[in-house]
Amino acid sequence: MSTTRKAEKMQDTSFELGGRKFKSRLIVGTGKYRDFAETKAAVEESGAEIVTVAVRRVNITDRGKENLLDFIDPKRYQILPNTAGCFTAEEAIRTCRLAREVGVGDLVKLEVIGDQQTLFPDVAATLEAARVLVKEGFKVMPYVTDDPVTCLRLQEIGCVAVMPLAAPIGSGLGIRNPFNLAIIIEQAKVPVIVDAGVGTASDAAEAMELGCDGVLMNTAIAGAKDPIAMARAMKLAVEAGRLAYRAGRIERKLYATASSPLTGLIG
Amino acid sequence: MPDAIATSITLNGDPYPLGGDTPLTALLERLKMRRGRVAVEINREIVPKANYDATIVRAGDQVEIINFVGGG
Repeated sequence: MSTTRKAEKMQDTSFELGGRKFKSRLIVGTGKYRDFAETKAAVEESGAEIVTVAVRRVNITDRGKENLLDFIDPKRYQILPNTAGCFTAEEAIRTCRLAREVGVGDLVKLEVIGDQQTLFPDVAATLEAARVLVKEGFKVMPYVTDDPVTCLRLQEIGCVAVMPLAAPIGSGLGIRNPFNLAIIIEQAKVPVIVDAGVGTASDAAEAMELGCDGVLMNTAIAGAKDPIAMARAMKLAVEAGRLAYRAGRIERKLYATASSPLTGLIG
Repeated sequence: MPDAIATSITLNGDPYPLGGDTPLTALLERLKMRRGRVAVEINREIVPKANYDATIVRAGDQVEIINFVGGG
């Protein structure tokens, strides 16, 4: 293989979300950091180009407060507002409409939570909200259970990606059902992004090795002892996992196959 | 104070004294909020940015002003 050919093989295709191309396949959240300066440093270190944010009432009594967008420049990053904390389709739709009006585009992370303890999605409400939002021109990226049929339905509705969870939000349990994810990936015609549950770099690499188009995480980086170092670890893991997927791993075999020649042995 | 109540709005769930009809831009200015950083709902209707100058906030209005905060 020539060096040019090698270089071509190493060069990954960018992935497209809602008509925009991205090089980084790592999407990071901005919650749970010590302060905005740390948020900014971690986001920079992660190499992410898409950054999730939450939508909340402004603090009227503390007006001098810094704004997140002063640290995460919307001209540099694609801002991805989420509907975290919404328990009904109506709340999620209202949140998306408000988020769009801030003026950072129409890409939204839709999450409609069905249960406080597990933070698992309310699938019926997610589908309902997705239908309305797609009709209103939003580019919807739904956080959803790792259920292949629901992912198909969301794709049919017109979501620009599907984002099955690896494990409960913030749990750090890693990929609990790689087989379902493999099915979702095989069936999807839109990008599949594993969202939630990643604990460490190997989890992110595993998601990418399965053939996911990207990984979205927050707590795994923000909650690490050294978030900046973990941001870099995640960047490398996503790149390594993607490269391994493209390189094509060897098949698993039960018995050994010698790596060294069996001929020309001494004696 | 009935007068204060008569001229106040509900801002993000709490009473806020308005002191008569106020242009939305003036209210945002008073609150030191930049229009590029917020979105506004009045009585559950979103106010498009292009309409900020023409929008008047009136006593009794339910006003929501949101911005982005850290989140996943």
